[in-house]
Amino acid sequence: MLKLYEQTIRSRLMLGTARYPSPAVLADAVRAARAEVVTVSLRRESAGERAGQAFWSLVRELGVRVLPNTAGCHAVKEAVTTAHMAREVFGTTWIKLEVIGEDDTLQPDVFGLVDAARILCAEGFEVFPYTTEDLVVAERLLAAGCRVLMPWGAPIGCGRGLNNLFGLTALRAHFADVPLIIDAGLGVPSHAARALELGFDAVLVNTAVAQARDPVQMAAAFAQAVEAGLAARQAGPIEPRDLATPSTPLIGTAFRG
Amino acid sequence: MKILVNGAWRETQRDELAGALEELGYGGSVVSTAVNGEFIAAALRARTTLADGDRVEVLAPMQGG
Repeated sequence: MLKLYEQTIRSRLMLGTARYPSPAVLADAVRAARAEVVTVSLRRESAGERAGQAFWSLVRELGVRVLPNTAGCHAVKEAVTTAHMAREVFGTTWIKLEVIGEDDTLQPDVFGLVDAARILCAEGFEVFPYTTEDLVVAERLLAAGCRVLMPWGAPIGCGRGLNNLFGLTALRAHFADVPLIIDAGLGVPSHAARALELGFDAVLVNTAVAQARDPVQMAAAFAQAVEAGLAARQAGPIEPRDLATPSTPLIGTAFRG
Repeated sequence: MKILVNGAWRETQRDELAGALEELGYGGSVVSTAVNGEFIAAALRARTTLADGDRVEVLAPMQGG
């Protein structure tokens, strides 16, 4: 079981809700992923279309916990105001805090992120900061009051997987007791399995599922990968070696001696 | 009075936020609001006075990653 801000979560796969071919496919993908947590956002609502109302009804019918994000925010003030608005609409103190610093890579502005996290944690929010694998930034976020971290695997939507294996491994080792959720950049289920094998507590996936040719099948594949990765981690993987070691016993080998 | 609602100029006869939202067609919707960049909680909309040229954001749940 995974504990996130006093909430116990069984599924290690969180799902984003954007970019699916249709609301029906999104709903089927959430079920296939066996996700308990989905990310949502806030956008300008047209009084005529009321698209947000239909989406919110769909999410509520799924019976999942929502993790609202501050996607698109580039400044501390924008992110903090968006968090306030999300708390009211979604009725949760959880907030996936994003402060974007660079548009080509959507890399977090970690300085703004720490500032915004400090403000929101002091106000009682339970902050899930979208960050890099930087150890010092992670320290600052924890000092600001965060009790979960969401390091990126790779830039959002790129599908490259775990870009900086050394840095992520160091982060995992350094913060052994902090829930770490890989957020962004995963492309295929093996990336998710790898994250869990390395000891990360969960992954958040959106584009890799939503933009797959068959999002529902891909959601199921990610669910299986996450389960396999967690089981492997718990089973205790062997350490990699540089040289071969025979797996078949050498005692009694024919034609020797 | 003219106010900027989600980036578009709109005309409203009401001078408080709750009334303007109703008049503009947001009645009954699950939305969150901000005026001139400041969050206005639902409970405060009735006593939040608008002025000509105010920037109003009306946000609703949307897909997100």
